[in-house]
Amino acid sequence: MSALRFGIPAVVVLGLVVLLAFGLTRDPSAMPSALVGKPMPAFELPRLHQPDQLLGRKDLLGQISVVNVWASWCLGCRTEHPLLEALAERSGVALYGLNYKDERAAALRWLDEYGDPYVASGHDAEGTVGIEWGVAAVPETFVIDAQGIVRYKHVGALDRKALEETVIPLIESLRSDSA
Amino acid sequence: MRRIAAVALLLAPMLATAAPVDLTAEQQARYQDLTGQLRCLVCQNRSIAESDAPLAQDLREIVARQIAAGRSNEQIKEFLVARYGEFVLYNPRFQPATWLLWLGPGLILLVGAAVAFWLWRRGRRRPEPPPPDVERIRQLLDEDRS
Repeated sequence: MSALRFGIPAVVVLGLVVLLAFGLTRDPSAMPSALVGKPMPAFELPRLHQPDQLLGRKDLLGQISVVNVWASWCLGCRTEHPLLEALAERSGVALYGLNYKDERAAALRWLDEYGDPYVASGHDAEGTVGIEWGVAAVPETFVIDAQGIVRYKHVGALDRKALEETVIPLIESLRSDSA
Repeated sequence: MRRIAAVALLLAPMLATAAPVDLTAEQQARYQDLTGQLRCLVCQNRSIAESDAPLAQDLREIVARQIAAGRSNEQIKEFLVARYGEFVLYNPRFQPATWLLWLGPGLILLVGAAVAFWLWRRGRRRPEPPPPDVERIRQLLDEDRS
């Protein structure tokens, strides 16, 4: 009789502890991207280097691409820059830039100073294309497969862990899938 | 005159959330209501009505433009959810993914009430202690006194 009286509350409390402990391991600010698994949004932007030419969705189709949202005013972009260069070099993936709410002159100066890892950058001066991609912070990085489906979104500066454990393996598996 | 100035001063904060696009009074009300229901994804504990973040400004403008263009609240919410995910809505919608969130507390309350009731019933069923044997007690007390 008394075993049951202690037993039931003990089980309930233990269950609660397990549940809450699990909860502590989760990131409350993590937002699953609404775009993963869906086709990338259609867009057309003037190219940063040649503003009379357009960069659009069709330029990315037919190859595995990585779209990186960046700006000259963004500190995280400076931090992740070497990793982006490493990514482009190691995986041979086509890296495109989405220059978000930036001044063209400042953006070009930034690329001159730090190096331009992008095949091309689109100049999204107003941020309207950013909204289509669900951009909430800068930088953000998207991995897109050859059919134009968004496969992964990384919010914030790319770090070595995400690069080695998620991005590069994903690109390699996409490559072997289509091979 | 001073009263008018006082009222104007009190109402001034409302200018901060005035729609960036010209709206009718009814649309303005919808705008205030809707922007209060949408989360600012930068400062995640504030709505886009309250937040100063540039993204919140952009989203407020989108809401205002879409209201002016005649889209319904549902359509505007759907537009933002498609791009930013369910998290952009302050009130998660009632769907299989959020059933546990919405019904959880009620269920736990029911389970707790059921357990409490069961324990109470068990308590009542415990047999009464036997009535005191007064004679025997007197006997023992007499023995003790002598």
